[in-house]
Amino acid sequence: MDLRDLYQDIIVDHNRSPRNFRLIDPADLQAQGYNPLCGDKLGVYLNLRDGRIEDLAFQGSGCAISVASASLMTEAVKGTSETEARKLYEQVHDMLTGAETDVDPMDLGKLAALAGVREYPSRVKCASLCWHTLIAALDKQSDAVTTE
Amino acid sequence: MSTSSISPILSPDSETWAENIRREFPILDQQVHGKPLVFLDSAASSQRPRSVIDAVTWYEEHDHANVHRGVHTLSQRATDAFEGAREKVRGFINAESTSEIVFVSGTTEGINLVASSFGQKFIAEGDEIIISHMEHHANIVPWQMLCERNKAVLRVIPMDERGELDYQAYLDMLGPRTRIVALNHVSNALGTINPVKQYVAAAREKGIPILLDGAQAVPHMPVDVRDLDCDFFVFSGHKMYGPTGIGVLYGRKSLLEQLPPYQGGGDMILAVTFEKTLYNELPYRLEAGTPNISGAVGLGAAVDFLQRIGIDNVQRREQELLAYATTALESIPGLRMIGTASHKAGVLSFVMERAHPHDIGTILDTEGVAVRTGHHCAMPVMEYFKVPATARASLGIYNTRADIDKLVEALQRVREVLG
Ligand SMILES: Cc1ncc(COP(=O)(O)O)c(C=O)c1O
Repeated sequence: MDLRDLYQDIIVDHNRSPRNFRLIDPADLQAQGYNPLCGDKLGVYLNLRDGRIEDLAFQGSGCAISVASASLMTEAVKGTSETEARKLYEQVHDMLTGAETDVDPMDLGKLAALAGVREYPSRVKCASLCWHTLIAALDKQSDAVTTE
Repeated sequence: MSTSSISPILSPDSETWAENIRREFPILDQQVHGKPLVFLDSAASSQRPRSVIDAVTWYEEHDHANVHRGVHTLSQRATDAFEGAREKVRGFINAESTSEIVFVSGTTEGINLVASSFGQKFIAEGDEIIISHMEHHANIVPWQMLCERNKAVLRVIPMDERGELDYQAYLDMLGPRTRIVALNHVSNALGTINPVKQYVAAAREKGIPILLDGAQAVPHMPVDVRDLDCDFFVFSGHKMYGPTGIGVLYGRKSLLEQLPPYQGGGDMILAVTFEKTLYNELPYRLEAGTPNISGAVGLGAAVDFLQRIGIDNVQRREQELLAYATTALESIPGLRMIGTASHKAGVLSFVMERAHPHDIGTILDTEGVAVRTGHHCAMPVMEYFKVPATARASLGIYNTRADIDKLVEALQRVREVLG
């Protein structure tokens, strides 16, 4: 196993300087995500306009994988429609869990940097927490989601 | 207690002494991600020496049958092995009688047993239960559940930034409504060795029973329950080089006698009719159902192992290694130790600037170094220190200075990888 597969330059960069790392207040939709295993906490906030995710931001604390994943997610999802965001979630989920899929990680742009996570089963939840939280926000669930 | 070392020529201060012990642990002789395994997670669960593995295998291959139930030879042998283990445990912690040694599945079950049985009988609305800020969840949640059930009040002894408890606050807390104190002997998250004898004396003086969670004490220092004078003492086999699924609840006989049964079933009875059940004597009254016989056999072998090495030698060796490791870790820039009490066991909890413990754990693993990361089932401790988690290296009798050097080396990788 090569650590560089997991901690690629993009991941290290997004961990050190996360994008869209801020609160949106008030936000149209928001949700809190919590991973009890490692104590990661993420808040995901978004504003919708004409069916598009006009603004998307996150705040919280977590490991490099979870922070970088959330940062990359905000970049990838901002400006998309809700349907596109949900589709992206499915694709990322398949990539992280190594599920049989016709998605080529290369089609996922920078998100492909997370492909290495699948070799580290204990870290998959770190990378997926932000996505679960985004979906929870889109589902307008007010309860906190957990990865357990 | 025995102080003889496996090799009388070598002092426990020598690295060769530890290396010889290490060779008794088959699992340690392997590579992880192409690197020799450095196991620094004994506080979560320690490894088993060959003698424990062999004792369990011998039992499974030659002696197994149900205990206390048959006249046939194997049943007698199994009973002898099981009760023999009880006697070994009794001697190891210097209890007065084997009737005070209750086999349970582990520390967690031992505490739940007391919270349930003692609670049912002695805890009423408005009564108080004292625990501390540095408890493992296993010594928090059962009491919280009891408080909820019986409308009792949980009180918490505060802690300072070194990870030491406030004794004066504890004395002030001991009041007319206090019914029991449940206290960590050694903290798994911080390493703090609490001066429990003092705490026991203060409670006993007021006639208040006290339970000690000894899960992290028994493997690392001499424990004498009569000298401690505690009422309950609980620990797990798997943290003291024995198997999982077996543990011990020691209880002062006069108190155990007053406890209602924890679970009902076979072995805990003398006679059953549909009108009434006559309960068995101690300790069987508190051990319903077929027990973990092979686990007890393995635990007995673990006691033999620790006595062969000498628990005083274990303590001396680990204290020296702890000092070595503390100095080594503290010299790493950006590393902050969590838990700096003046008396500590071999637990090194730490955080690093700009590196989440989870990443530290993964990076160390690829270097073959196994440490625990997370909240260590002590979330209130994490909250106190305002960290989501820590990385924790914990020492066992098989660890050497070379292991610590590898840890330090691997920690250098963390900065390289995370930038
Ligand atoms: C101090 C302490 N108490 C209780 C426990 C629970 O032990 P077990 O999981 O063996 O029941 C542990 C183990 O992590 C511990 O370290």
